[in-house]
Amino acid sequence: MRPVLYVLTFLAVIALGFWAYRENYATQASLREVRGLQNEIADLRESLSVQRAEWAYLNRPDRLRELATLNFDTLGLLPMEPGQFVAADQVAYPAPEIPAITAPVDVQGETSAAAAAPAASEEGL
Amino acid sequence: MRTPLRPLTRILLARQRGENPDLIERENLDRRHEVLREKTQVRASARLGLLALAFGCAYVTIGVRMGHLAASVPVEPVASARGAEIVAQRADIVDREGRILATNMTTHALYAHPKDMVDPKGTAKKLAEIFPDLDAAALERRFTDGRSFVWVRKVLSPEQMQLVHEIGDPGLLFGPREMRLYPNGTLAAHVLGGYSFGAEGVHSAEVIGTAGVEKAMDARLRDPAEGGEPLELSLDLSVQATVEEVLAGGIAMMNAKGGTAILMDVHTGEVLAMASAPTFDPNDRPTPLVDKNAEPADSPLFNRGVQGVYELGSTFKIFAVAQAMELGLVNPNTMVDANAPMTWGKHKIKEFEGHNYGPLLSVSDVIAKSSNVGTAHIALMVGPLRQQAFLKSLGFFEPTPLELIEAPGAKPLIPKRWPEIVTITTSYGHGMSASPMHLAAAYTAIANGGIYIKPTLLKQTGPAKGVRVMSEKVAAESRKMLRRVVTDGTASYGEVEGYEVAGKTGTADKPKKSGGYYKNKVINTFASMFPASAPRYVLIVTLDEPINTLGSIPRRTAGWTAVPVAAEMIRRVAPLLGLRPKVELANQPTLTAAKN
Repeated sequence: MRPVLYVLTFLAVIALGFWAYRENYATQASLREVRGLQNEIADLRESLSVQRAEWAYLNRPDRLRELATLNFDTLGLLPMEPGQFVAADQVAYPAPEIPAITAPVDVQGETSAAAAAPAASEEGL
Repeated sequence: MRTPLRPLTRILLARQRGENPDLIERENLDRRHEVLREKTQVRASARLGLLALAFGCAYVTIGVRMGHLAASVPVEPVASARGAEIVAQRADIVDREGRILATNMTTHALYAHPKDMVDPKGTAKKLAEIFPDLDAAALERRFTDGRSFVWVRKVLSPEQMQLVHEIGDPGLLFGPREMRLYPNGTLAAHVLGGYSFGAEGVHSAEVIGTAGVEKAMDARLRDPAEGGEPLELSLDLSVQATVEEVLAGGIAMMNAKGGTAILMDVHTGEVLAMASAPTFDPNDRPTPLVDKNAEPADSPLFNRGVQGVYELGSTFKIFAVAQAMELGLVNPNTMVDANAPMTWGKHKIKEFEGHNYGPLLSVSDVIAKSSNVGTAHIALMVGPLRQQAFLKSLGFFEPTPLELIEAPGAKPLIPKRWPEIVTITTSYGHGMSASPMHLAAAYTAIANGGIYIKPTLLKQTGPAKGVRVMSEKVAAESRKMLRRVVTDGTASYGEVEGYEVAGKTGTADKPKKSGGYYKNKVINTFASMFPASAPRYVLIVTLDEPINTLGSIPRRTAGWTAVPVAAEMIRRVAPLLGLRPKVELANQPTLTAAKN
């Protein structure tokens, strides 16, 4: 019984050693990868901050003002002014869409009678 | 093989000889004990040895680990997620919408190890070609006088770095540098201030603020605990740009030497825009004036909004009137003595251009017509002690608490003694000096219903808590008077359709350095708020030595100089602030009471 136990223990030690070896190398590989990723993140952050600075530089008010003046022909941009505010009820409704006339009807009659007829109907209401 | 204790042969032999056989047994017993003892001793010492070995191993392990920890360079745990945050050395500064006002950029510094140089003379010449501000001869001297380290440039552009690379001298070396960048150039230069390098090393250099918010908030900007969170200012980039544009235009049109404009939110105390002209580029901050006799205001670095401590003239009149109303001494319709000139001791108090608005004038008209004599009489009713206390509660006796390094240094100039003549002159803004920022904070109290709140340059989350300095009713009455100044008073050019501007003009003679006042140099101020019915913003515009030459005669009063500039500013800025104008429609449908 004992020798079997010894052999089993020995095999277990070998197996554990093998596992530990593998784990060790896997950990080191992961650490290397993390370090690489962190360097990449740092680089990306740096370029992000450079691009933010660039964006802010390109969008500086002086430059935008000059560009708006230079491209006035195409853009027609002007500074915002109080006159551009309008109350909602002052905005005209879009004209109602008139359906295309598909079947024209010929109408004949006197113009004065035609004008009087709707007025009369309105009075009736 | 066990030996018997009493071997028969020996016992019999001993008996024959007549000896005691017990002795033999004894002898044998002793011998047996001896063997046993030896065995136990060996086993015990083996066990002790084993134990000592175990302890020794433990001690050695601990010792080696300790030695290793002590001798090795500490390393951050790489696997943790925290390590991924690379925090910039100095936090960004952004406006209230998060638009960048100041940020960092990585560049390189150039230094030299002259001992490693192949050709110091040629290198010095080539460097002077790349950087025209360097002197080839001086550089060569520094390269050849035996020192082993020389700083050449603090920051390089990538193009310059490439050119230096192309020189190819092994003695020229680069060190990484983080530098401050103000992408908007001169925008809000006086608020931002500037930066410089502190302690410098080859691998990095400290970036420290030298003026403005950069210096006042230096500790906050460099605090690693903030994790690089940007500092949010109360400024609005587009509003600030517009205010600066209009101010610059106004200064040019009014032939002024300089000017300042401050726009403040009356509920939060946030400064939305603060401009001072002439201005400068914080990326390339000019050096301060060296000449001791020079006026500090001549330097573009001078922040007129905070440091420009001048007599603010008639803009002060509303404080005397508001206080008299608060104390119940007068109401807007009370008639006061306004018979000019008024004689007080050996002093004569006159009106502008020798007018006489008297003999009696209503309090409301005193403000609308800007009567010095009327205000003087009202101030005398209030008295010196109460006047001082009121001005103190409006913050006029202390430097402004603004987050600028210049602010605590710009103390208002208060007369040491306060006789009644000072009460009279202070009531119309002469005799004591304060900055436009003080005036903005004090007008804010009138605008928001009587609560003094501290002005701030940092973004706030809600209305600020302040101290009540006058009742809501008095504040409303004062606003009505200020509105009258624009509708039928000295600031008629201040009317901006739809925005109900209310305000007060102020024209003050500039004091001479030698004492007395200049005859034709003035500081013009227009302190305004809009919309008057429920003010949201206070705008102060101050022009330094303006002359309006657009009309037939040159004019120097605020109504002709600062007021039109302020009106244009409101017209441009109010839409940006999302303030819609109140449009009075020509033929509005009216409802009439009717019964069916």
